[in-house]
Amino acid sequence: MSTIEERVKKIIIEQLGVKEDEVKPEASFENDLGADSLDTVELVMALEEEFETEIPDEEAEKIRTVQAAIDYINKHSS
Amino acid sequence: MSKRRVVVTGLGMVTPNGLDTETTWASIIAGKSGAGPITHFDTQGYSTQFACLVKDFDVSAYMPAKEARKMDTFIQYGVVAAQQAIADSGLRFDERNAHRCGVMISSGIGGLQGIEENHQKLLEGGPRRVSPFFVPSSIINMISGQVSMMYGLTGPNMAIVTACTSGVHNIGQAARIIAYGDADVMLAGGAEKASTPLGMAGFAAARALSTRNAAPDEASRPWDKDRDGFVLGDGAGVMVLESFEHAKARGAKIYAELTGFGMSADAFHMTAPPEDGRGAAASMRHALQDAELSVDKVSYINAHGTSTPAGDIAETRAIKSVFAADAKRVPVSSTKSMTGHLLGAAGAVEAIFSVLAIRDQVLPPTINLENPDPECDLDYVPHTARDAKVTATLCNSFGFGGTNGSLVFQQI
Repeated sequence: MSTIEERVKKIIIEQLGVKEDEVKPEASFENDLGADSLDTVELVMALEEEFETEIPDEEAEKIRTVQAAIDYINKHSS
Repeated sequence: MSKRRVVVTGLGMVTPNGLDTETTWASIIAGKSGAGPITHFDTQGYSTQFACLVKDFDVSAYMPAKEARKMDTFIQYGVVAAQQAIADSGLRFDERNAHRCGVMISSGIGGLQGIEENHQKLLEGGPRRVSPFFVPSSIINMISGQVSMMYGLTGPNMAIVTACTSGVHNIGQAARIIAYGDADVMLAGGAEKASTPLGMAGFAAARALSTRNAAPDEASRPWDKDRDGFVLGDGAGVMVLESFEHAKARGAKIYAELTGFGMSADAFHMTAPPEDGRGAAASMRHALQDAELSVDKVSYINAHGTSTPAGDIAETRAIKSVFAADAKRVPVSSTKSMTGHLLGAAGAVEAIFSVLAIRDQVLPPTINLENPDPECDLDYVPHTARDAKVTATLCNSFGFGGTNGSLVFQQI
């Protein structure tokens, strides 16, 4: 079983079409990983699906980096 | 104001007969059918279980997977055909010319696949499961949008949607845009991917499709007495149109001149043509008038010829009414006997065949014409391609809604 961190990174790699070594904790989706606003909406949807959770829009807006995504899932998954 | 001359300088296509222009054209001249059973979904319960599908298309060979994911398959086909056409033309775009270059590539149906997939997500998971890319990856003008972004083309950007006449209308109007002076270069054509569960069900329900499931490669048989409907086809065709002066100045390879464009409406029925084909006849007449070409100078007609019982007779009558005594002389073929009916891409792919007929001095055949319908008695170039002197070709497209378009290409 993969860790949450590994699963989050895998989704980011798939959704944004980036390389594994680019997905550093501090990397920003829009500034570093080439995502636009629609890409980040879709990324959040993929996270919701993978972790069977619903991320409210106001929370989703704060998920702008790899670490923020990992932290959110860690905090909200059982 | 005098019209500027417009020439064809680049060709690109993705079809059931090949993933590029030359492979497709070789298959057409060899008289091969692109039809086969549908295997990408379960066709149980479908009256028609085959189509002319694009085979072995690997989009990652043409663009990053991340970009491809944001395009419905019809958009991928259209973008790839445009890439090929641009490469073929040898054009380079930069800040000096990009504002004089535009795109008009559309589709008859659009992103059915994305509509079906996202509707399924909506039903299963609610509105939050619908992709943020659903709308922009499904809409018909997005081929034009994507191509403009890839190459930085800031000239006219549109997509005419007229069912199965879309390809011809885009090419004709794009030529007018150049002739009028609004652009020097236009990428024009059409793309389609309607062989989805919903698309197949819809065309089958309209009783438009052949049900010859036992022999898909013999199902598209225009003008044959045993024809029973068209065969749905997927793919795309795009041509680079350019003002003659612009092409000459850069020493471009010129395939042919686009000399005529005609349009008309049947004003008759949603899906059926009038029996005398008067709308089709008007479209051909207008194109020939635009080209200032008399019927005796036409070397070949690439017909709409879908293999439907009513359509093939109406087009035959239309040709007779326009060509009069020359109707018996002029060779007419339907390449849909091999490609199937590519709907919004059909006119674009067939316009390219009409240009290649001039380049190679050869007429593509109509295959499967074993027993001509007594009411269809023209020279349909049956079975095998024919060498011929080809100086002027006429290309017809007619669409649901009674919308017609015809193009004339001439040797230069």
